Amino acid sequence: MKINEVVSLEFLAQMINGLSLGSIYALIALGYTMVYGICKMLNFAHGDVIMVGAYMLSVAMGMLGLPPVLAILLSMVVCACLGVTIERIAYKPLRNASPLAVLITAIGVSYFLQSSALLIFGSTQRKVESAINVSSVQLGELTIGGNALVTLLLTIVLMTGLTWFINHTMTGKAMLAVSEDKGAAQLMGVNVNRTIATTFLIGSALAAVAGVLFISSYGFVGPYTGAMPGIKAFVAAVLGGIGSVPGAMLGGILLGLIESLSKAYISTQLADAIVFGVLIVVLLVKPTGLLGKKRTEKV
Amino acid sequence: MKKNFLKLMAMSLVSVMALCSFAGCGGDAPADDTQKDGAETFKIGMIGPLTGAASSYGISVQQGCEVAVAEINANGGVAGYQFELLPADDQHDAEKAINAYGTLMDQGMNALVGTVTSVPCIAVTEESTVDGLLQITPSASAAKAAQYDNCFRICFTDPQQGEHMANYIAGQGIMNCAVLYDVSDAYSSGIYEAFVPAYEALGGTVTTAESFASGDVDFKTQLTSVKNSGAEGLFMPFYYTEVAYVANQAVDVGLDVPFFGCDGWDGVIAQLNGDTTLVDGSVFLTPFLANATDDKTVAFVEAYQAAYGTAPDQFAADGYDAVYAVAAALEKAGTVDNAALVAAMHEIELAGVTGTMTWDENGDANKGAILAKIQDGGVVPAE
Repeated sequence: MKINEVVSLEFLAQMINGLSLGSIYALIALGYTMVYGICKMLNFAHGDVIMVGAYMLSVAMGMLGLPPVLAILLSMVVCACLGVTIERIAYKPLRNASPLAVLITAIGVSYFLQSSALLIFGSTQRKVESAINVSSVQLGELTIGGNALVTLLLTIVLMTGLTWFINHTMTGKAMLAVSEDKGAAQLMGVNVNRTIATTFLIGSALAAVAGVLFISSYGFVGPYTGAMPGIKAFVAAVLGGIGSVPGAMLGGILLGLIESLSKAYISTQLADAIVFGVLIVVLLVKPTGLLGKKRTEKV
Repeated sequence: MKKNFLKLMAMSLVSVMALCSFAGCGGDAPADDTQKDGAETFKIGMIGPLTGAASSYGISVQQGCEVAVAEINANGGVAGYQFELLPADDQHDAEKAINAYGTLMDQGMNALVGTVTSVPCIAVTEESTVDGLLQITPSASAAKAAQYDNCFRICFTDPQQGEHMANYIAGQGIMNCAVLYDVSDAYSSGIYEAFVPAYEALGGTVTTAESFASGDVDFKTQLTSVKNSGAEGLFMPFYYTEVAYVANQAVDVGLDVPFFGCDGWDGVIAQLNGDTTLVDGSVFLTPFLANATDDKTVAFVEAYQAAYGTAPDQFAADGYDAVYAVAAALEKAGTVDNAALVAAMHEIELAGVTGTMTWDENGDANKGAILAKIQDGGVVPAE
């Protein structure tokens, strides 16, 4: 009986670890999936926008001495502008080019952002004071980190807000129309360029929030901080069904849980293999991902 | 017009990207062949990453070497020779290290201090053993980095560090210790693999051995397992970047045990911006303490500080000792003949800033370990 209690307590603790990791993946995946859903392009620079958001927070709080709320807002504004600028300069000229060209450009932008951060901030990681000061919650033997709670709640709020925005506002409906058929949307009077720019604006502001939460949880930012979470979040978006906002949330949380539980109970070395194994199985059974919609292309 | 402007922007963006990708190239120091009056020149090659991600190590070694060379020359040189340092960049890349080696040989290198990192070092030993050149690596800790008879090493090997720390932890009365290590890194796994048998031979129990891969930033799962394994201490043989993450997250999962580390911890205080509350009381093994009070260290730190404005780290100290090891071998041999220099290495004893050392038949240094304790934002010798 005693042993059972200890085991279940550890299991609960590991579940919480998985949830806190997964909610960060989910938050990053929201931006990925939104840009993919509307523009049908994989914005590989998304992870690096997170890095820029994290650096902005560190500059705003550390060097300018702004209070956390202002620092977070500044970081969101800078990232939103960056996202729109990237779209204007790098992706818009390729609107009618092959998807492969856009993909390669996105990878180029990703390297550009990493190298710029390396030149500006140097290769050593910076310590950033947490912008979120929520103390850990103690439930008997269990410790739940304050950051984990905030991240999870904020991800749920943002996901709900984003779903509502897309389905119930004019801009959101314009986004849906553009994602269905760019040409037809334009004929119906939707400003395609502005709609896509708005998508990038929101996606990048979300990335800034993800960046802020990421460094509040982990404490450090370097030029390559965004790369690995970016890839993991991409996997989460595909797992949940890329293009689907609730799917990104589900995919992120599942990914975090699988990763954490396989590290704890199977093998640390095999954790990533298991994560990607699950992804392969899901895609074999349901090629659109867990919550992805199947879309028939009409010729 | 607007379209042209955008094209221009796109073009300039592409060219900036292209420039960025080349930014890492170049930077080889030009050879300086001028000889000092009256004395012959003994040329010491130095290969290490002077640019790129590992450049902080290479630059430290180079600066340590420069300080030693300047001191030796100011004291009239060794055996009638003035020293000259020829630094070359390998960007922590085996192929570039071999190219740099070739260039330095063309410039008439008499001995090599290098390379700084393990993988390029192993590649260069394959070349230097053919030439029979005296090669002393200041800081490459992989076993194969000193695999041939002409190769020597200043720093500890990975297994030596594991054994030293097993002794220390058991000596502190901590008999249930957990280990967290980087499975994707030869340095970290090497220390871990030597630690376990040494610790168990002393009667200790490794409660759990958890691992991660380089680049991971989330350690909460592993730390939760460590907490539940009933460990009284946690040995963390990996670099300071991850140490900082682990220290932060240990608080989140409620793990409160003493931490122990290896020489990769050098730099952890700067990483934490001097705020060491999370790692206070941790003890790590280091070859060099800049605030030690012996005359040698004080003199070295002063000279280094005067030249570069910062305190030297262990890499600078390793480079400094490597040049003095070459000097001692030259003094003993009395000739620049390669075979004589290599043979002399086994006969000398060097009292350097990283300890008093002799070299065994494998080319590894025998020296004592310094244990450093983190306390109030600084590092003090551990009792």
